[in-house]
Amino acid sequence: MSEASIRACFHRTLPAVALLASLFAVSGARAQTDLLNVSYDPTRELYREINAAFIAEWNAANPKKIRGIRQSHGGSGSQARAVIDGLNADVVTLALAGDIDAIAGRAGKLPKDWQARLPHNASPYTSTIVFLVRKGNPKGVTDWGDLVKPGVQVITPNPKTSGGARWNYLAAWAWAERAFNRDEARVRDYIAALLRNVPVLDTGARGATTTFAQRGIGDVFLSWENEAHLALAEFGAGRLEIVYPQLSILAEPPVAVIDGNVDAKGTRAEAEAYLRFLYTPKGQAIIARHHYRPREPQHADPKDVAKFPLLTLVTIDEAFSGWGKAQPVHFGDGGTFDQLYKPGR
Amino acid sequence: MSDASLPAAALPRGRLARQDGAAARIVLIALALGFLALFLALPLAIVFIEALARGWQAYLGALADDDALAAIRLTLLVAAIAVPLNVVVGVAGAWAIAKHEFRGKSLLVSLVDLPISVSPVIAGLVYVLLFGAQGYFGRVLASYGVEIIFALPGIVLATLFVTFPFIARELIPHMQALGNAEEETALTLGASGWRTFCMVTLPNIKWSLLYGVLLCNARAMGEFGAVAVVSGKIRGLTTTMPLHVEILYNEYMSVAAFAVASLLALLALVTLAAKSFLEWRYADQIAASRRH
Repeated sequence: MSEASIRACFHRTLPAVALLASLFAVSGARAQTDLLNVSYDPTRELYREINAAFIAEWNAANPKKIRGIRQSHGGSGSQARAVIDGLNADVVTLALAGDIDAIAGRAGKLPKDWQARLPHNASPYTSTIVFLVRKGNPKGVTDWGDLVKPGVQVITPNPKTSGGARWNYLAAWAWAERAFNRDEARVRDYIAALLRNVPVLDTGARGATTTFAQRGIGDVFLSWENEAHLALAEFGAGRLEIVYPQLSILAEPPVAVIDGNVDAKGTRAEAEAYLRFLYTPKGQAIIARHHYRPREPQHADPKDVAKFPLLTLVTIDEAFSGWGKAQPVHFGDGGTFDQLYKPGR
Repeated sequence: MSDASLPAAALPRGRLARQDGAAARIVLIALALGFLALFLALPLAIVFIEALARGWQAYLGALADDDALAAIRLTLLVAAIAVPLNVVVGVAGAWAIAKHEFRGKSLLVSLVDLPISVSPVIAGLVYVLLFGAQGYFGRVLASYGVEIIFALPGIVLATLFVTFPFIARELIPHMQALGNAEEETALTLGASGWRTFCMVTLPNIKWSLLYGVLLCNARAMGEFGAVAVVSGKIRGLTTTMPLHVEILYNEYMSVAAFAVASLLALLALVTLAAKSFLEWRYADQIAASRRH
């Protein structure tokens, strides 16, 4: 290759380089006019609909338009970690308060009393943990006690990374405390036996759903109520069915504006309006349609509300004195989960 | 035992061994082919079958989706930045290692190999530790409004890290085999160092370089682990094609997921075809340049 041909080659590639540079510029400019909602796994379908409804409403009333709301989904714990490490979220909509506490504590990007800034502990919807089993319930799983029977394979994600899995774990713990009259040794035996029946721990709820429903692994899947309904819709009611245990936990997935990020980006007004939209009648109706339990069911379609059976729901505050206590005791380094989960033994 | 009896006894045994050899050969070939069909060809075929499960229209529709296009654009952009940089650094590194003697050379050789032995997740995490908001340079970068992690620069850095060895590793053994004689001749005839490189070294190594670029490009576009750690998974903004495939699959959109996956699979096939074609078309030249 001569010098001349190298030079010619260089000139030929110049337009391509310029084109690529322009692509870069376009994507850079777009990033500034968007909101970013960093969320947990099962909310993909919910926020797709919420986002479209909110953008339409906001853009009709405000001169400063929102071009789009970007979504990032993953296990609640790992998403919180990403925000702490600098993921530029305007709002977080995670699976549990403990994860937003971690953002407040480690990154200091929002005040510690963030949960008091919106109604209902900053949770516009609640959910609970139910059992998803194969059609006809071949292993006869009806309540928490059945999960430790030999030969029953239980699918649940990893509580270290998944918010849903932490609710699963605490729901099982709360049931056992009642069933064994607060005898802690028996509660721990029960949880250890339950974990021995778990063949694989996925990092997020959605991965676990696919493991159970698509790959056909396991007999019972401890699932968010909304995720169970979604799986039914996706994979057909002919293959799976939902079993409601007698007692479960009231899961309150909270939402928060990340003050440090919205103030830097100048998106505070949009971000706050976005979260408030979740509490409006329109927002509550969409929430119920996606099988989350709305805080104000009177605004939702009665047909959607009828799908939520009544069951005893314990709260994290009454059973575990809040996430501030439950997080380190059960899921911290060396917590009960670390003590009781012994894979491959 | 007499000497005369030896050949008589050895003959049938030899025939038996040859028959054994033929049988073993067939079994081994069948085993290898079966294995390849089951674990390579079948999965690859399934990617295309699943992608076209609802017809061409659904397939093309999935690829024309805004987020899919953004993922394709980002993947091309990352490769367009990472591959040329690796060409420059890889050629420079290989040149230094193959043609010169210096202190710390063996250390440099090991460093070139490092990304192959390090898990891609670690590659992503070290950049989070360096440039993340809580990282060593995080606060300084944030005060200037520079975003590295969860943005394009982080994805490029992670890709550079995992693809770095491909070009240098392809070049080093070839350049070592070529030796210094031609370059020395050019220099004694009065050519400048740069001219020697362009007119002597580069033409000699162009085939190895091309292989390196093909492999490096395939890996750059296909990298998942390292990129997943630094991407933040913002749909349509920081998701490359492999990440987008995972997102779509998790959203139960299997046609769309496999449509994007089929593009990646096509890339692999095109890479393979290009490599085979070049080997066939320029077989004599390649052999000549290897013989030097």
